[in-house]
Amino acid sequence: MGLDIRWPIGLLFSFVGLMMTIYGFVTKDDAETYRRSLDININLIWGVVLLVFGALMLLLASRRKGGAGPPGPG
Amino acid sequence: MQVTLTWLDYLILLTYTCFVVGIGFALRKYMKSSSDFLTSGRSIPTWVTGLAFISANLGALELVGMAASGAKYGNITSHFYWVGAIPAMVFLAVFMMPFYYGSRARSVPEYLKMRFDERVRALNSVSFSVMTVFASGISMNALAKLLHLLLGWNYHLSLWICSAVVLVYVLKGGLTSAIYTEVLQFFMIVLGFAPVVYLGLKDVGGYGALTNLLKGVATNPGALHLRDAGTTYNANAWTSIWQPLLAGPTHNPMGVDWFAMVFGLGFVLSFGYWCTNFLVVQRAMAARNMTAARNTPLVAAVPKMLFPALVILPGMIAVALMSVPSKGYRIPAPILDQAVYARAATVVAASAGLPAEQALKDVSAAVGKRMDPGRVAALVKDYAAKPLAPDAFNDRLWNAVAEYDYDGVILSLVKRYCPPGLLGLALTGLLASFMSGMAGNVTAFNTVWTYDLYQAYLAPKKSDEHYMRMGQAATLVGILASIACAYFAALYNNAMDIIQLVFAFVNAPLFATFLLGMFWARTTGTGAFLGLLGGTAASGLVHALTISEGDVPGLKGGYLGVVHTFPSEMAQNFWLAVFAFVVCFTLTVGISLATRRTKSDEELGGLVYSLTPKIKDEGTAWYGRPAFIGTVLLAACAGLNIIFW
Repeated sequence: MGLDIRWPIGLLFSFVGLMMTIYGFVTKDDAETYRRSLDININLIWGVVLLVFGALMLLLASRRKGGAGPPGPG
Repeated sequence: MQVTLTWLDYLILLTYTCFVVGIGFALRKYMKSSSDFLTSGRSIPTWVTGLAFISANLGALELVGMAASGAKYGNITSHFYWVGAIPAMVFLAVFMMPFYYGSRARSVPEYLKMRFDERVRALNSVSFSVMTVFASGISMNALAKLLHLLLGWNYHLSLWICSAVVLVYVLKGGLTSAIYTEVLQFFMIVLGFAPVVYLGLKDVGGYGALTNLLKGVATNPGALHLRDAGTTYNANAWTSIWQPLLAGPTHNPMGVDWFAMVFGLGFVLSFGYWCTNFLVVQRAMAARNMTAARNTPLVAAVPKMLFPALVILPGMIAVALMSVPSKGYRIPAPILDQAVYARAATVVAASAGLPAEQALKDVSAAVGKRMDPGRVAALVKDYAAKPLAPDAFNDRLWNAVAEYDYDGVILSLVKRYCPPGLLGLALTGLLASFMSGMAGNVTAFNTVWTYDLYQAYLAPKKSDEHYMRMGQAATLVGILASIACAYFAALYNNAMDIIQLVFAFVNAPLFATFLLGMFWARTTGTGAFLGLLGGTAASGLVHALTISEGDVPGLKGGYLGVVHTFPSEMAQNFWLAVFAFVVCFTLTVGISLATRRTKSDEELGGLVYSLTPKIKDEGTAWYGRPAFIGTVLLAACAGLNIIFW
């Protein structure tokens, strides 16, 4: 099928990761928010993880190896 | 008890929904024939089919039910993975996939028609369709219940909206769409839940501290109302997987003996599910060539082996947390009706001044649950001093219930640890697991219905376009039927036990049929057909004549009289499977020897082991050959069994 699934996966996680990173950065001094997550700014940390994962997927997709064909619309 | 979602959480949820629906629309233009829609035209790369294979299995039921079992039974639940999945997945890849893929059957029932006859196919396709719809319904109910608890969302509304999303993308992109979104969902589930598990583990102080806390729980589970007061297990009952099992059914929280575990779950149920269930086998059949098809279950086995850390560990963490009073955590109690609260309020008010035992008895009767003596006494005392506001009262009363809704473990941990943002991500992971399980069921159902029931018996020799439209109609009907089953499933608590029971009736005898069919050319259609019926009847009969401790005869078995009492429902399910398998195997062999073969050796070429040329993997490097990868996986799995011995 003419859609390389790594494009949507990459785009989705890059976007979500970016949102969480920004949110984590903006709220980094907000101790109340992060009391639940044991005083860890989990949004910032996990946002970056997702961003890296998403970017990696996009990179792999753009190299087009192991995909099903040319990239389709994301 | 509810958490509010912020705009960010909704945004993550919405983004995910847009992507899965978008994938459906992007694939729409490729859906030209019924085979594109129902079988994906065999064109998908291995890593994609592999992750879809595992994702179709990782429904909401898996997340919710396994965490529930992790809390209820401890680490012994890992046997569902390391004994009850990996060996069967390797067997499917190395020995069985060549026949499924090589025969060019479009479904598992169609393979049965090629190997045996129409009767076996009809029996299997009807039972599979029913079971699939039921499995889907149970899973949907679990999720809608969670959403209701976590977000206060309307049960009916979330059920219908999630179904609508699945309907749209499956209708647009068929099996390909389901497989592709399953890969996306796989990552969503793993990445959504990993941080929650990490935070939970950090909260209890790491794995070492978790083990220590669970030792205390195991020696006196009655203190936390996990078992009847006075029950005691060895200290490693919640953390080790083999020692409690080998110590005997009264020494492990699951109440299972090692033979039922190894033969019932590890062999009969597990091989019956992984090797014959079209829901998962369908993903491997969509692979682009034979090697890819055989490697599909092997790719899937890698994450499957590691999943206990994601799905069982949270349950163990929940129990450990509960054993530390300063953490202020409890596994949620079952939901109570408003009427119960109102009734209880009157009783609590009237209990002022009564002896503590009498008050406890009255309040327990009013609520209809076992209650914690200390908390009830405190509540009665405080209420007598000054009547509480309804909300505060309801909260206190609910917290005094000494019973647990184990299915609520996952949601309670998500609520405890997730700030806005991560909450949206974890919740999306939960929704993703729900949708992947449901889409898996629906795509398997529509194929079996269209090819094995509709085309085979109701309307043969129509145009391909006609079957494609039927496939789409079956998608809609399948989803509606699942919704109906969800309402039915709402009547039960631990969904896992029930689905195991359903599998025991239908799947357990099935593996005997496949085993004999694939590896013994002498097996006849009549033998297979009557053997299957006999096996299912045997499990039904055993169920009707046995019961597990603490249950009353009825739905849980024993309605024809109780011949034997099992120590737990789990043990009963495993033994049912053992009986079904043995009866089916014996009957099939006996009847096959007594009847004449109807298929010649030529007709059975590619369908039976001894009549099929051995596959030469010479085109594949040694490290890419299924036999090699399978061996490595089995060794790794054995290693995990030893580490957690």
